[in-house]
Order: sequence, then C-alpha cells, then structure tokens
Amino acid sequence: MSMKESNSTLNVQELIAKNSNRGLLSFVEKLMPKLLLAIAVVSVLTTVGILATLLFETYTFFTRVSFWEFITGTEWYPFANSTPTYGILPLIVGTLKITGIAVLVAVPIGIATAIYLSEYASFRARKIIKPILEVLAGVPTIVYGFFALTFVTPILRSISPEVSIFNAISPGIVVGIMIIPMIASLSEDAMNSVPNSMRDGAYALGSTKLEVAIKIVLPAAISGIVASTVLAISRAIGETMIVAVAAGSTPRFDGDLTGSIQTMTAYIVQVSTGDVGYGTTIYYSIYAVGFTLFIFTLIMNMLAQYISKRFREEY
Amino acid sequence: MNYIDHESVANKTNSRLLKNKVLKAIFLAATMFGLIVLAILLYRIVTQGSEYLSLEFFTSFASRIPENSGIKAAILGSIYLMLLVAPISMFLGVGTAVYLEEYAKKNKFTDFIRINISNLAGVPSVVFGLLGLTIFARFFGLGISLMAAALTMSLLILPIIIVASQEAVRSVPKELRDASYAMGATKWQTILRIVLPAAIPGILTGSILALSRAIGETAPLVVLGIPTILMFTPDSIMSTFTALPMQIFDWTKRPQVAFHDVAAAGIIVLMTLLIIMNSIAVFIRNKYQKRY
Repeated sequence: MSMKESNSTLNVQELIAKNSNRGLLSFVEKLMPKLLLAIAVVSVLTTVGILATLLFETYTFFTRVSFWEFITGTEWYPFANSTPTYGILPLIVGTLKITGIAVLVAVPIGIATAIYLSEYASFRARKIIKPILEVLAGVPTIVYGFFALTFVTPILRSISPEVSIFNAISPGIVVGIMIIPMIASLSEDAMNSVPNSMRDGAYALGSTKLEVAIKIVLPAAISGIVASTVLAISRAIGETMIVAVAAGSTPRFDGDLTGSIQTMTAYIVQVSTGDVGYGTTIYYSIYAVGFTLFIFTLIMNMLAQYISKRFREEY
Repeated sequence: MNYIDHESVANKTNSRLLKNKVLKAIFLAATMFGLIVLAILLYRIVTQGSEYLSLEFFTSFASRIPENSGIKAAILGSIYLMLLVAPISMFLGVGTAVYLEEYAKKNKFTDFIRINISNLAGVPSVVFGLLGLTIFARFFGLGISLMAAALTMSLLILPIIIVASQEAVRSVPKELRDASYAMGATKWQTILRIVLPAAIPGILTGSILALSRAIGETAPLVVLGIPTILMFTPDSIMSTFTALPMQIFDWTKRPQVAFHDVAAAGIIVLMTLLIIMNSIAVFIRNKYQKRY
C-alpha cells in the first residue's frame, strides 16, 4: 500500500458514501423502466396506427361505396369510366386461388421435408440442409416474382398453350416454394420436441422408422404442424410481389387458373404504381382492400396461436 | 407345434421394410426439391444477369435503354435506407426486449404487449406500406422520403428484432446478474454493463438477419410510392430516393425482354448483399456467442 493511500483516513463506509452518486443513480434507476416501457409501447402504437389507418380510410371509402356492394359484389372494375364497381369477391377469389395452389405445393413437400430432417437425416445432413432451407426462406419475394415470370411461366406455357403470360398457377407454385421452409422448419421443431422415449417404445415393439414417424411422431406433433401450416397460409394470403409480377391484373370471379387474375395485394400494388390521385374513391379502395386482407391474415394468425396453445401435447 | 408362421411374418416384415425404404426416398426427394429449386433460381439469375454486370452498372443511373441502365441511385438508396433503419429498429427492438425480459411485471398489460408483438409479426408487409403512406408520409408530412420509408421498414422488422433480442437477453445466465448485484450494482447498471454486453452477439445476429429482410422488402416501398427512375442520389433524410428491390421490380414489369436481364443483374447485386449480411450474422453467432 502506498503512503498516500494509507494516509487517507477514510474507512470503507465513507468511501462508498463519497463515491456513490446516490441522487443521480436512483434517478436513473427510476427513469429507465419508464423509458423502456415507453419504447415497448411503440409496438402497441404500431398496431393502433395500422388499425386507425385502415378503419379511418375504409370508413371514408364506405361513405362513397355501399358496404353491401363491397362484400357481395362479384365485379371489381374501379377503373371503369362510367360506372365503377367495387365488389371485392373477385379479388378474394384470386387470393384463394394463389393460396390454394401454394398450399397444395408446400404442405406435402414441407411436411415430408420435416419428417426427413427430424426422423431420417443424419446429424451432419441436417446441419447442411437446414441452413440452405434458411437461405430459401430469405430470398426476397421480388426475386421469387422474377423467377415465376421468367422461368416457371415459360415452362408452364411450353407444357400447355392455354396458359397465358399472367396466370394463377405459376405464382401459386412459387408462393408455395416460398412457404416450404416455413412449414418444414416449424414442423420439424414440433417433431423434435416429441420425446425419444416415445420413439424408443415404438421401436421396441418392432416398428420401422416409417411407422414411428407416421404413427407416433406425426400425431404427437400434429398441433405444431397444423399451426405451421396455418401460419404459412397467412403468409401466402399476404404475399405481394410474386403475384404483382406474375399473376396479372384481371379481377375475375371464376375458377380459371390459366388466365390473368388479381389478388387483393396485387390490386394495392396496381393502384400504388399507377397515377391515382389522393382523395379519389380508388385511392380509398386500397385501404378497404387492405383492411380485408388484414382481417384474413389476423384470423389465420390467431387460429395458429389457438391451435398450438389448445392442442399442444405436453411431455 | 408351430405357433409362429415364419413365412407370413417374413412377408409382412419385408413389405413394411420396403414401404419404409420407398417413403424414405420420397421424403428425401421432397427435401431435395427445395435445394434444387434454389440451385436453379441462382443459376438462372447468374446466367441471365452476368452479361449486364459491369462497373458501369454500378455507376450509372436507370435508363430507357437496357445497355445504359445502372443501379447507382438504387444501391445508394438501399444503403442509406439501411443506415437509418438499423439504429431506429435496434433502439426500439432492444429497448422493448430489455423491458419485457427485465422489468415487465407478470400482468395483463405485459401479456397484451407480447401477444401484440406476435400478431404484428404476421401483418403482411403491404399493410405496413399503407401505415407508412398514411401516418408517416401524409400525417407527419414526411412525404416520399428516406425517413418515411426508414420508419416504415423499422416498424416492419421490429417484431423480429424484439424476439431475437429477448432470446439473447434471456440466455444471459442468472449467475452473472447475481454476481453483479452482489458487487452492489443497481439493476440498470447490471443491465447496461453485464446483461447487454453478454447479449450483444445474439442481438446483432438477429438484427442483421432482420435488416437483410428489410433490404429485400419491396411491397411497403411500392405502396409508399417510391419512384423508380431517379437521376440523382439522396442528399438528406428528407429527400426522395429509390431502392434496389424497387428498381428490380420496375425492370421486371417492363415488356422488353432485355430489361429482364438487367433485372437479373440487379438481383445478383441484391442477393450478394444478402449473402454478405447473412455471412456476417453467422460469423458473429459462431465467433462471439458464448454458451453458458
């Protein structure tokens, strides 16, 4: 110990009292929780902002277009010069076409991938394949849109001449490809959480790997698998750029898949890229369509949460 | 007496084993499907776009002629956008995560914030565009500016950053905090000097992945009305701009096939940026993430 320090006659308590900046410290201590709470509230305000925006502008829309026409009308011709019509059903049908095709592609492939990764693949294979699937999930949707238009559509057209440049099949398939990683990885998580003792029990009775996967793991993980599928459907409904690029801009109320269609999201893009003036009915219509889209995806997200909570098997 | 019919057991077992083998092949094929699609996608884009990829592509503005088209305005716009989105979204995201993990009491309001965040993560990006257009561009009067787009994008990726930061903060072991408290540190001192430094790799990894989502996001920019043909680069946060995905979208929409190749060149640049960002995230995760 140096002379200087030993000369000082302060004891420990006095040192603490001298060095601690109690006033400022307790002020910061009291301030931070409040400050952080204020930051946390931003996420709530975002939801409030979205709801307020959609409700407010949709309200203006319904002062000009009847609510009944909007939800039951089968014709969506907002750009018609004489009598524009705003029946949203064609846009919903278009969205459902894309979502349906995407689900047909993604659910079997996604679940099969999850089974392979969780039940069959070696540790090393999983370590290689999973990051690649993550890359697939990280590809920007505009790139998928480009891929649909310049690769998938020409292939479809060479198979069947009925398919036009803009159609529902090509973007539907590509939206499906986009949601495969989501279904695969969430389902695999659900399957991984099935305890090994259950598998071992089935093996002990002489089951093959397939029987263990289908009869033991799949039923035990079904809530997670269904929830992942519902979440993926929600993503498909809200997918914008793929359909805006490759599906066309023809709202139609029929079952045709080979011709140009329009989804809710693609309509919003069409209006946004056009030169529609602020305050016109068409301008407000994108909020009414956006609101409908928001409700669709919200229901799907809540359904997914409900399924994974309500039907989860605890081990 | 023979209680077991060995032949029929063998037959049955063989068919079950065969089924197992066939289905395994099918599952493997399904797994490969995703990987093959990715390979085709990358191959197509590289072969289509490489012809337009040159130094001039980076130094020239968009043009009516495919050969003269470039991404100078777009790539600078995207970079500026990320420079704004990163601090805004990380400030909000990490703040929220620290609040939820360290301070929030277990009550209805906290539950509400949590549920709200998970629902926010499921809102389509195009709806965030409508939010940005109405609230930031019109209500706050920011117009079609870098700032309006940055705020919109920040809110879009906020749930991802919150969830990643929550996990990072949660994984800091209790012993570290206890040691800090035992030394007389206050709660905030512990958070600032012990918890956050220990959680930084996880937070950074999650944030970079979230930013890589933001840099490729197109729909909100389209709804905001970001222009595509721009002959200048942004000079302030209030100036208008264009971004890489927006430029790609514009080229993809054009009827001339030559522009598709230009779009592919733009996609190569965008994907390269994404791969670099992802590699940095993986590098940070592997190098600095401690397992306690």
